Amino acid sequence: MSATKRFDLRYFIRAGLLAGIVPLYTSVIGMVEVFNKREVVKGMLTLGEMLVIFPSLVVGYLVALKWRREGKNPFLALVGALIAGFVASLPTVLLILVNDRIPLRDMFVNVNPALMEILLVGQEQMAQGAFILMSVLAVSGLLGAVVSFIPYRFRRPLVIALVVVILSGLLSEFIKQVLQQFIERGALKQIVQGKSLTTKAAAAIFVVTYLTTLFWDVKGQAIRTRYNAMPASRKKQAGRLWKTMFGIFLLILPWVLGPYLSEVIDNVGLYIIMGLGLNIAVGWAGLLDLGYVTNFAVGAYIAGVLTSTGPLGLGARLGTDPLGFWIIIPISILAAMFTGFVLALPVLRMRGDYLAIATLGFGEIIRLLALSDWLKPYIGGAQGILFIPKPELPALAEILNLADRAPALIEIAKGDSLLAGLMNLILYGQFSGPQELYYIIFVGALFVLFVATRLNNSRTGRQWMAMREDEDAASSVGINTTTAKVLAFTVSAASGGMAGAIFASKVGTIFPNSFNLLVSINVLSLIIIGGMGSIPGIVVGSLALIGLPELLREFAEFRLLLYGALLVVMMLVRPEGLWPSPVIRREMAADEEEPPPDMGEMQTSQPMRPLSEASD
Amino acid sequence: MALLELENVHSYYGNIHALKGVSMTVDEGEIVCLIGGNGAGKTTTLRTITGLLRPREGSVRFDGEDALQYATHELVAKGLAMVPEGRGVFQKLTVEENLEMGAYLRTDAKAIAEDIQRMYELFPRLGERRTQVAGTLSGGEQQMLAISRALMSRPRVLLMDEPSMGLAPVLVDLIFDTIQEINKDGVTILLVEQNALIALDISHRGYVIETGAIALEGPAKELRDDPRVKEAYLGG
Ligand SMILES: Nc1ncnc2c1ncn2[C@@H]1O[C@H](COP(=O)(O)OP(=O)(O)OP(=O)(O)O)[C@@H](O)[C@H]1O
Ligand SMILES: [Mg+2]
Repeated sequence: MSATKRFDLRYFIRAGLLAGIVPLYTSVIGMVEVFNKREVVKGMLTLGEMLVIFPSLVVGYLVALKWRREGKNPFLALVGALIAGFVASLPTVLLILVNDRIPLRDMFVNVNPALMEILLVGQEQMAQGAFILMSVLAVSGLLGAVVSFIPYRFRRPLVIALVVVILSGLLSEFIKQVLQQFIERGALKQIVQGKSLTTKAAAAIFVVTYLTTLFWDVKGQAIRTRYNAMPASRKKQAGRLWKTMFGIFLLILPWVLGPYLSEVIDNVGLYIIMGLGLNIAVGWAGLLDLGYVTNFAVGAYIAGVLTSTGPLGLGARLGTDPLGFWIIIPISILAAMFTGFVLALPVLRMRGDYLAIATLGFGEIIRLLALSDWLKPYIGGAQGILFIPKPELPALAEILNLADRAPALIEIAKGDSLLAGLMNLILYGQFSGPQELYYIIFVGALFVLFVATRLNNSRTGRQWMAMREDEDAASSVGINTTTAKVLAFTVSAASGGMAGAIFASKVGTIFPNSFNLLVSINVLSLIIIGGMGSIPGIVVGSLALIGLPELLREFAEFRLLLYGALLVVMMLVRPEGLWPSPVIRREMAADEEEPPPDMGEMQTSQPMRPLSEASD
Repeated sequence: MALLELENVHSYYGNIHALKGVSMTVDEGEIVCLIGGNGAGKTTTLRTITGLLRPREGSVRFDGEDALQYATHELVAKGLAMVPEGRGVFQKLTVEENLEMGAYLRTDAKAIAEDIQRMYELFPRLGERRTQVAGTLSGGEQQMLAISRALMSRPRVLLMDEPSMGLAPVLVDLIFDTIQEINKDGVTILLVEQNALIALDISHRGYVIETGAIALEGPAKELRDDPRVKEAYLGG
């Protein structure tokens, strides 16, 4: 088959051009310039450079891999990858050339001298810069191909280590925040400088990850076998040990993270609570609800009105004390459930797309209501509700007179160990900041998790599953799909109400614009990205969609773009989500498999005769 | 008294007048078949009986009661089960989970387990594939599963919508033998079919439906010899 051995230039050029779109596009929209301000590894690699270089590297890797998989000449794979990498630079070079003749800035504001300087690698001479750019990208393509030649055993750790280094670089802010609580500034400077890793730290992370992965690939199987061979009691012990350690970790987490990151983790937690709730409707019952923010808003506003110490608070109106935080939680939950119930009624007969559109409408209605003049005397309109107090518990220290009876505890609270903050909270009961509020959110999430899993494992859960699969078939086995739907909406709303109440108390003031469509989209996306119906998926999805953007806040203007790109990539590469539930995993597997061939009699039979021939 | 009774039933899909005054009865212990061509209104009749579709006019009575006052799931509880057209099993659940779902309204765990075993005896193929996802079963196996799932509710009447559709002749024989067996166990059966020959073969009585109205009815044997049936459905 000589045809397959032939060097297919067009294939490489096409692949290169595809890859070349990325640097061109991200340059024109200004991403390269903004990203270039962030160094991943100090003095070596910026995020902007990665945007330009990575597509070539990846395309070189992919074409070489594919070319050789088809059993074609490996040397030509290298040449092809070099060409693909080179071609990938051409769109950008074209941009530079055109811009030199006709300044494009009038059309694309981002095509400015600063961008040109980046693309020309700081060279004065355009020809020189362009040449370097082309060479770098061509070599990147080649490098990608070379990587594909490394045997899988060594390649896998390499790729993983690279990804970890880049991620660490991106999250160096996070690393810094955590480390600065434990090591002194001088030592910290050795690891993180500004917002990027030092070369030393990057190298160390690379080596450690590489070796660990390599080791695990070689030895992991043996370790797993050993673990499986352990007697059940030992296994249980080990499991308990892990759980305890994980529990302790979660308990001291806010003090490890520090105040800024605790704020981030709090937001992640609120979205986990909401994600767990919405997942009941969307993931389990199959009801696409695009108006989840409704429940969040109802919870927040109920909490705001009932607890605010300001003029809008119910307390001020009735001349009594405002209600406390703890009683508000169940009230907000009930209010949200009631809303969920009421809103479920009109949409009972809607399915799929229609349901999505109707619920989308509810989400907007609630925001407009909050903004309206009509409700302004009660909930403040655009000015929102102010003076919502933080939660507090009775001060144990004073009630039990611990200053006399257990001064040691007081000492711990005053010291600066990791336990100090927690002890302070226990003794004085003030949930004043994100580190303390973390515990409320944590307990709330646990509670929601408990209720949701109990429901899902019950008859109700089976109703939802059947309904999601096929509504008619569900009623044909005797399931009341009406109540199942209403129940799903109602229960799903509950955790939105809880999150809303906690949110109100956490931020202290609420405005209608905090309750926009983006909240609904965020909650839905994190469920999809994590994996429909999967509880660990919700946690992973929240970390990825809520946590990461907070850490990469300087790129906020590209947030929606990245969001979209991420969703598209997920649909292509991992449609089942990051951490799919077992049922979904099975569904996906089932969709790909061909139905198994029929056995025995089915094979020998002839196709059915048409009716008109069926008699004789 | 008839177990199932339709009187002058008119059903619509929007403006489409799909059933134009259908009347029929099914007595306890019978196998009754409803035959007719594509789009004649067979599926619509079954959907009307099970409450998935509300007729605009006429009455449906089940076991002496007005069936229209009940929702689908309530009728299932009263002993009316349906094997939907095109199988309608839960594609993403396993065979066993489908069967368990069929017993959704029952709480007698032990008897349910026994019934599942009984289904595996009825259709050994299902037993071999109990952990397989229903969507990956072959068409014939899905039909067996749909029938078994309907039986899991221990119905008094079983409505079946074209159980022979798309199946090889050998498998059709197997399914129809099973239908007779089920009937001998005391389950009343209303069978919707295009395959008139085999349907009339196992039925006691039959109805022929054409463009939403009953055109002929009578004992199965007579229908089989009726020249009009012969011409239209049995290929002359
Ligand atoms: N959901 C629907 N919306 C509108 N018209 C429908 C709908 N379902 C069925 N119909 C129409 O009602 C008529 C009767 O359809 P029905 O499904 O009862 O036919 P059938 O006898 O079961 O046919 P087949 O043997 O092909 O299954 C047809 O003309 C069909 O087009
Ligand atoms: Mg039909």
